[in-house]
Amino acid sequence: MEIVKDTNIDFMGLKKYAYIFSGILSIIGIIAVISIMFGRGNLGIDFGGGTAVQLKFDKPIKIDAARDALQKHGINDAELQEFPLDNKLLIRLKKVSTSNEPVADTIISLFRQEFTANTFVVDSSIEIGPTVGKRLQKDAFTAVILSMIGIIIYIAFRFELKFGIAAAIATFHDVLAVLGVFFILNKEINLLIITALLTLAGYSLTDTVVVFDRIRDYLKIRRKDQIDVIINNGINHTLSRTLITSLTTALVLVALVIFGGEVIHDFSLALLLGVCVGTYSSIFVASPLLLLWKGGSGMMKKAA
Amino acid sequence: MKKTLKWRILLLAAATVLAVLFFLPSLPGFKSFPSWWKSVLPSKPITLGLDLQGGIHLVLGVEGDKAVENFVNHVADDIGTILTQKGINIVSAKRENVTDVVIKYSDTAKEKDVVNEMKKQYPNFSTAKDIPGEAVFSLGSSEKERIKDSAVSQALETIRNRIDQFGVTEPLIQRQGADEILIQLPGVKDPKRAIELIGKTALLEFKIVDEEGNLNTAIQGQIPEGDEVLYGKEVDPVTKAVKQTIPYLLKSKSLMTGDVISDAQVSINQEFNEPYVALSFNSVGARLFEKITGENVKKRMAIVLDGNVYSAPVIQERIGGGKASISGHFTMESAQDLAIVLRAGALPAPVKIIQNLTVGPSLGRDSIEKGLKASAIAAVLVLLFMVVYYKVSGLIADFAMVLNLIILTGALSALDATLTLPGIAGIILTIGMGVDSNVLIFERIREELRAGKPVRSAVDSGYDKALVTILDSHVTTLITALVLFMFGTGPIKGFAVTLSLGIAINLFTALVGTKVVYDYINSRTKVTKLSI
Repeated sequence: MEIVKDTNIDFMGLKKYAYIFSGILSIIGIIAVISIMFGRGNLGIDFGGGTAVQLKFDKPIKIDAARDALQKHGINDAELQEFPLDNKLLIRLKKVSTSNEPVADTIISLFRQEFTANTFVVDSSIEIGPTVGKRLQKDAFTAVILSMIGIIIYIAFRFELKFGIAAAIATFHDVLAVLGVFFILNKEINLLIITALLTLAGYSLTDTVVVFDRIRDYLKIRRKDQIDVIINNGINHTLSRTLITSLTTALVLVALVIFGGEVIHDFSLALLLGVCVGTYSSIFVASPLLLLWKGGSGMMKKAA
Repeated sequence: MKKTLKWRILLLAAATVLAVLFFLPSLPGFKSFPSWWKSVLPSKPITLGLDLQGGIHLVLGVEGDKAVENFVNHVADDIGTILTQKGINIVSAKRENVTDVVIKYSDTAKEKDVVNEMKKQYPNFSTAKDIPGEAVFSLGSSEKERIKDSAVSQALETIRNRIDQFGVTEPLIQRQGADEILIQLPGVKDPKRAIELIGKTALLEFKIVDEEGNLNTAIQGQIPEGDEVLYGKEVDPVTKAVKQTIPYLLKSKSLMTGDVISDAQVSINQEFNEPYVALSFNSVGARLFEKITGENVKKRMAIVLDGNVYSAPVIQERIGGGKASISGHFTMESAQDLAIVLRAGALPAPVKIIQNLTVGPSLGRDSIEKGLKASAIAAVLVLLFMVVYYKVSGLIADFAMVLNLIILTGALSALDATLTLPGIAGIILTIGMGVDSNVLIFERIREELRAGKPVRSAVDSGYDKALVTILDSHVTTLITALVLFMFGTGPIKGFAVTLSLGIAINLFTALVGTKVVYDYINSRTKVTKLSI
């Protein structure tokens, strides 16, 4: 069975549309990054500090009743999220308490008091101080930068600098795009999401490297051809692999999103989005970028 | 050719058998395995992360400045006593700020003696200010850092002792950064109690009740010089709510602290059938206690823990024999916890919980079930897809992927890596990458076949050509995985571990695992048409 057979699509001819589309995605991503840096957006408590308690009730619990109960005890700024399938309720408080009294304990005991007929177990409780949040933010930032540098060095070493930079830009684009979508959907940005972003960076690079590999091959053997023809051929000839791999990975991730449970739901969703964007970018972003560098095309031929 | 094929098959078989051996202990039925097995072969199950089995993850900040303050307080007290003994009249010797000892003296002619005595006793202090009638000494910054540092290591030891006595299997207690302590307690059933036990400073002090001072005016703020007001809390043993607080007017100076305790045990008071904590002092403590009680007969002595008065019995007579007891309205649990913290000793400085992640056991069970279910569904989908798309070759790829999973789980057990929920996601992702390697190879083989090459050389050159690409793609992913490993904590580290292991094993199974099958088939019969 073969899904794509001997295609000859002029991807390079489509690059204008791709640039517009990617430009929009990147701008949204950049807005997201700036907002996050200024502490706006739905920052998880691992970055901003705060308290989260997840309770699992015996019987269904109404979110309004829970909110009323919290307000009765002076907790007004809690964010509530329910998982109706399992009678679960997630209570998040971003403000860090100034007193030493653990907020999680207060919340748990007030629910014990208010809902005597509906018993519950504590699924998880998290309290993070603001200093830790700051440090985790810094660590995540360092991790992103370091892996980018590592990857550029590796690709520059295996191919040439131009490929490395093109791959890095494409990867950055993917990370920004997914972050942007998460920002718009108002999904919580937490450590797990940063992990997903880094993983998708790895994935999107893999995709890009496979295409680049083929382009490099053709640069060696077809020295008479125009560079955009070579790039088009490279993309077309790796297209079936690109699609098959993305399809199977997406298959796996869809299973994770649907069946993996609430803890890794957003994590898998970010990866799934990442696979889609990563596939798109290896075709429509990374390869056309090789053309943008005018002086480079001659160099590329010489190097090949 | 034949010979290397045999070796490769052997290598693959050996890796698989080893992996299975290491993974077997993680299976539910392992308990019924014969006992000789456990003595010879691996018997340790795979370690589950906190998110999968429940437990507590705590980061404590040690307030090192408090330890420095305590030290400087002690120095101020000490130098005051020494100067008085030497016949130098001082007005006061007190700590100011965090690191300064301020000595005020009446006889300005003795200025030199004060400075010299301080230099002799505490050379680590430097003279900061020296005006007639007042001398200020400052603790050097390197000395300050040393005290802070040792406060953290001491706190670490104390907490380790407490947790050992509390009875948690496989706790992780380690220092993190300059002033933090990371604690992971897997499988703890009563997180609140455990956290209280860990966080208690447990500074035990014996102080004399000031019977002459007026308690009522003291509560309103007129506290006599050298006194303080502390409260005793009467807690209802059932509801654990504070029933009432009782004020005490005490002499501030603590006559004795808990560091002379050699043992603390819970006993039951026969009369009231109430638990109390029986203390034994070491020889220094026994002598001190005898002296203190002898000098204060008919006075009340308060037993103060972390600033709370537990009891204030009247001393009936000089108490020898080095024993005392703390009564209060204890439950069996709270008495046991108090005995533990007293045995393990006080923290040199208070600690603050700056990160607290508690996962209940039920969420852990849920997560495992869902994680495994999702993995199984994902794996079946991928395996099916490969067979449909690549037919017999897809089957061969499936074989490699199953090998991949077996070796990966075995390696995780063998390396004693911690399996977390993101770790399971990492495993699933590795399946995806495993597919990718095979797809790369198969697509190349298809190209070669289309170009009219015979099966055998199409397979060989397909592998050759895909090799570089596979290597590049794996290394780039490995770079991100390693960075994640370096910067990640907890579950994320688990993800990085499974991902990097998965990538390495993938490379092995994709290049050796499937190739062996092709080579084996090719070596037996001459294949003219490849099902791909």
